[in-house]
Amino acid sequence: MSVIIILLGASLLVAIFFLAAFIWSVRNGQFEDNFSPAHRMLFETKPNESTCSTGNACTNSNCKSRICQHN
Amino acid sequence: MSLEKFSYDNRTVKWFAYACIGWGLIGMLAGLWAALALVLPDLNLGYAPTTFGRLRPVHTNAVIFAFVGNGIFMGVYYSLQRLCKTRMFSDLLSKIHFWGWQAIIAGGAITLLMGCTTGKEYAELEWPFDIAITLIWVAFGANMLGTILRRRETHLYVAIWFYIGTWVAIAMLHIVNSFEMPVSFLKSYSWYAGVQDALVQWWYGHNAVAFFLTTPYLGLMYYFVPKAANRPVYSYRWSIIHFWALIFIYIWAGPHHLLYTALPEWAQSLGTVFSIMLIAPSWGGMLNGLLTLRGAWDRVREDAILKFFVVALTCYGMATFEGPMLSLKNVNAISHYTDWTIAHVHVGALGWNGFLTFGILYWMLPRLFTTELYSRKWANAHFWLGTLGIIFYVIPLYWAAFTQSMMWKQFTPEGQLKFQFLETVNTVVPMYALRALGGLLYISGVVLMIVNLAKTVRRGSFVANEPAETPPLPKVIHTHGKSHWHNWIERRPIQLTVFSLIVVGIGGALEMVPTFLIRSNVPTITSVKPYTPLELHGRDVYIREGCYTCHSQMIRPFRDEVARYGEYSKAGEFVYDHPFQWGSKRTGPDLARLGNKYPDSWHYNHMLDPTSMSPGSIMPQYPWLFDDKIDKGKTPAMINAMRKLGVPYPEGYEKQANADMQKQAEEIASKLKKDKLEVKSDKEIVALIAYLQRLGTDIKSNTVAEKK
Repeated sequence: MSVIIILLGASLLVAIFFLAAFIWSVRNGQFEDNFSPAHRMLFETKPNESTCSTGNACTNSNCKSRICQHN
Repeated sequence: MSLEKFSYDNRTVKWFAYACIGWGLIGMLAGLWAALALVLPDLNLGYAPTTFGRLRPVHTNAVIFAFVGNGIFMGVYYSLQRLCKTRMFSDLLSKIHFWGWQAIIAGGAITLLMGCTTGKEYAELEWPFDIAITLIWVAFGANMLGTILRRRETHLYVAIWFYIGTWVAIAMLHIVNSFEMPVSFLKSYSWYAGVQDALVQWWYGHNAVAFFLTTPYLGLMYYFVPKAANRPVYSYRWSIIHFWALIFIYIWAGPHHLLYTALPEWAQSLGTVFSIMLIAPSWGGMLNGLLTLRGAWDRVREDAILKFFVVALTCYGMATFEGPMLSLKNVNAISHYTDWTIAHVHVGALGWNGFLTFGILYWMLPRLFTTELYSRKWANAHFWLGTLGIIFYVIPLYWAAFTQSMMWKQFTPEGQLKFQFLETVNTVVPMYALRALGGLLYISGVVLMIVNLAKTVRRGSFVANEPAETPPLPKVIHTHGKSHWHNWIERRPIQLTVFSLIVVGIGGALEMVPTFLIRSNVPTITSVKPYTPLELHGRDVYIREGCYTCHSQMIRPFRDEVARYGEYSKAGEFVYDHPFQWGSKRTGPDLARLGNKYPDSWHYNHMLDPTSMSPGSIMPQYPWLFDDKIDKGKTPAMINAMRKLGVPYPEGYEKQANADMQKQAEEIASKLKKDKLEVKSDKEIVALIAYLQRLGTDIKSNTVAEKK
């Protein structure tokens, strides 16, 4: 059972390390840009990009506009 | 800014999508067959490959590794290219990955039906496949990392972290749990024994759920839900916390599969504590997905794809609330060994994995074929069929589980057990029939989807190489204001991979190292001896026929279990069990103390026709055991392999083993003859009887565990 002491100690150290890293990252303002990554993934990169009537990018190059987002 | 022109590889995505659908249907049909076999045991047709004990591993492996596995690759290959704005690193690696994986699945299904199994749940495939899985997994990892390194987008979107974490963790889990000693081309024994084998196996088994059924699908969720809703993910900040917290905590929770067993208490407590903590990141992830739909709820009413996603996320939330609850020891005392576990895993499998996959297929395939989905009405019908299927699957099983568990634990006022085991089984069989109906509804939805998608594909035109263009990755990345460490890591895939490995490695190491190093964790019992050669052969038959899928060999220290089965199981009893056979479900009674309970003739008749000894039994018949001969040629290799694993057979015993086996077999045959049962001593049934009569007889109840 002595092993549980070692385990508790190790777990606590690991937990404290992660907590410290987390607090430090928040204080460093690591979470400043929570906006652009989430939005950037929504944009398609299409050659000669044209848009559908709904304002979304087409997903096929000839833009038959059959797969536009239906809102 | 010059634009680079390139194209996305859609062909591999299409292949994986087709494989996912095809294998998914096969895997679910195997599940339906297995479910019906619990109601109508004669469905095994008196034929080994179609018996429950072999069908169940086929079902579990097919739905996990073939349906969900191909679903992961389909989604990863589609989203990774678009998130990194580059084609997959190597078309050759994509091909190798695809065909290699399908070959493993096909070969795995055939060998499982043949009865080649390691006897460890969800890791049943034998050693050649384990090596093949490792190689293909490395090919997938190289292809993925190569793509990430050649990306034209500085930032790694959160979905990609989940893909990387998945790859790292599955590699670690699979390699550690697959340590085995080959005996022949398709037979091996687990490297670990007894308690250690159980700990490693459930560290793997639980984390197969975590890192094969959960993290990769969360990655897909973070890509496809925002895409389908055309809304950014609710909180990017949450997704960062979600990722690190989830992969760190999940790894520790394995021991919750072994509560009240002979596993050391500290490991059980550790598993419980971390399982409770898992609620936080899991629910954070669920809410992040659901809240992504804010402002799009009006579309959920119309759009089957979003409906699928909403129910998938809700089922994810239900399953991840229930998991921690089941990890509480007092709840687990009731739920363990019952159908509750089966219901729990199917909320996740049918709801979370199934529905997310269907939603992705409905969204993605029309895009690959530049057309519209053939019928939105059918997609909506599929949604309702699937939802009804889930309800009809899980509710009867919850009912069955609770009923059966309560019946097992009831005593009469005189202090006798109130119900025979068989009575409890016959009480819940109607629920099994309802569960099969639920499965049938769910599968009919899948068939409807296949027709719908086939018609979609037929009228579309496939774009194998989808053109795209984007600026190249700048050499120097300009950051505005201060640069922060997590931004740093979000741009560095290699470091992210290494850090993920450290994070998932910690939990595994801290649980396993003490169990292997501290001898006091497995007290030795002097009266426990290795199996005789005949019993070893019998044990191989037991594993081959998948007896562990319905029978446990682990008596928990509860009044009712001790009264029903005998002295509770001790860690020291399993030191020669490569692999362990504790089981996780009692469709039939526990066998840990079966030895000497019944005469040999009882076992003989029971294996020939279980209902002759236990009227109303739902166990299938095993007629082939009475025809097939024991493979004597393998005996020396078996003894040698076991000796290498540390079982103390004397040097040179492999030369004498067959003679000893002959002697023991003839004793059993002559005992059977006294009961007017004629059987040749070289038949497999004799070996199986020898093994069953050995179970649990090494310790008497007054034996004290001594520490060496």
